[in-house]
Amino acid sequence: MSEWWTYSLSDFLMFSSRSYYRLIESYNAAIWPAHLLALVAGLVVIVAIARLRQHLHRSAALVLAAAWGWVAWAYHLERYAEINTAAPYFAATFAVQALLLCWLAFKPGNAAPAPQPLALGLTGLAIFAYPLLALARDGGQWRQAEVFGIVPDPTVVATLGVLLAWRAPAIFWLVPVLWCLVSGATLMELKIGHAWLLPALALTAVVARVMGSKTPRDLNSTANPQS
Amino acid sequence: MPPISPSRRHLLASMIAASGGLALSPLLAAAPLAPLLTRPIPSTGEQLPVIGLGSWITFNVGRDPQGRRESVDVMRQFFAGGGRLVDSSPMYGSAQDVIGEAVQILKPARLFAADKVWVSGGARGVAQVEASRKLWRVPRFDLLQVHNLLSWEEHLPLLLAMKREGRLRYVGITTSEGRRHAEIEKIMASQPIDFVQISYNAVDRDVEQRILPLARERKIGVIVNRPFRQGDLMQALAGKPLPGWAADIGCTTWAQALLKFIVSYPAVTCAIPATSSIAHVRDNLLAGTGRMPDEALRKRIVQDVERLA
Repeated sequence: MSEWWTYSLSDFLMFSSRSYYRLIESYNAAIWPAHLLALVAGLVVIVAIARLRQHLHRSAALVLAAAWGWVAWAYHLERYAEINTAAPYFAATFAVQALLLCWLAFKPGNAAPAPQPLALGLTGLAIFAYPLLALARDGGQWRQAEVFGIVPDPTVVATLGVLLAWRAPAIFWLVPVLWCLVSGATLMELKIGHAWLLPALALTAVVARVMGSKTPRDLNSTANPQS
Repeated sequence: MPPISPSRRHLLASMIAASGGLALSPLLAAAPLAPLLTRPIPSTGEQLPVIGLGSWITFNVGRDPQGRRESVDVMRQFFAGGGRLVDSSPMYGSAQDVIGEAVQILKPARLFAADKVWVSGGARGVAQVEASRKLWRVPRFDLLQVHNLLSWEEHLPLLLAMKREGRLRYVGITTSEGRRHAEIEKIMASQPIDFVQISYNAVDRDVEQRILPLARERKIGVIVNRPFRQGDLMQALAGKPLPGWAADIGCTTWAQALLKFIVSYPAVTCAIPATSSIAHVRDNLLAGTGRMPDEALRKRIVQDVERLA
């Protein structure tokens, strides 16, 4: 089609903010109390970042892989696809990221975890603060809270924290950063006040990662606190 | 100008008939009393109310029970007010299924079911049309349109064949926001289509130059989408007082004035505003009643909207 340049973001938005948040609300109601399990999983990720232990980071990567896989199936494929025809494609990319995170967990020669307050901050924000955004939004309510491991946005932000702490290579960043742009654009078109947040967090994490790459460390060449 | 005639069904009587158990509801109490105006479909002369109902975004509510209930209520109010044409597309997510649920519940006697084919390749078009028909829960569509001209060379012969076989009443093509107008003109001039669907409003008036006159010349019905620029016009005019001319044509809201501007153009058959609000359905239907602006007033509407929006 030769007229792609005439399309704007709004031409691709096919649902209202009301439908979007009601979908999250009904999804939350359907899977409750899985959120408690997700919270525990989130705490594992935070502890993994806070403590420089290789096996903890492996656990964190596996927890994240499970979260991405769950979001791909339970959210994108089973729910979001009801109102967004692009959701099956989102599910596929989330499934790919889940596999990448599995690989990251066991990949030899990983960069060593580094004490990163920013990484900890990102993941903490994703797990503890992100659900509160539902209350900050006009007309928002607890039942529409976005919880790590349940819906994409906080899951992606928590992943950015882990990737930053682990100084993961660029390939692991691709899907999370792309999602931040897609979701940020969607929220912007839905006129949601915090639409800027996700792209801003992605930018912050990428810049920190690029700056941090000047002093790479390697698990195989650095003293491992556990060994 | 093609004749605009009052619907034979009186609006109040039709609302009572269509609303069934809602006889004493506030909706009915607030119903307009004037009859809804109609325009003839140029290829057959069949009368169609000048206000239809779009479904882009508004009816894409997924499985949400509350959203579905509200959508059914919107359609109940629309049919009760004398509306007939409901427009959707396979591109609109769950909208077709939501409409089908409303059709099943409300059983509208005079529904004019307008849908689209939107898929690459003619062979897949057949399957898509059948899937859409099942979602709508209708025995057949009144109108099928090639959505945004996607694979129109393959779909149009298929739709025209369906019409010849009596499995479809009307065939059309669509575009929006001024895209591919040259190709639209070419098809209008060369193909035996009944309808063309385009974007037109007090601000976006490119179609007045060639498409609308060509539709009149070729006896092609015109369905107007995005009458409020997907809400942007209403947002821009919010809080701005209605000019004095509004009262002359019986308008009490900007929505009514904007819709009257559109449906008063001689070649336009109907406009299809989309909404999820019952109050807005009623407001939109009121635009299809009473006096319409003449050419001089249409110019003033354009001037005022361009100045204020």
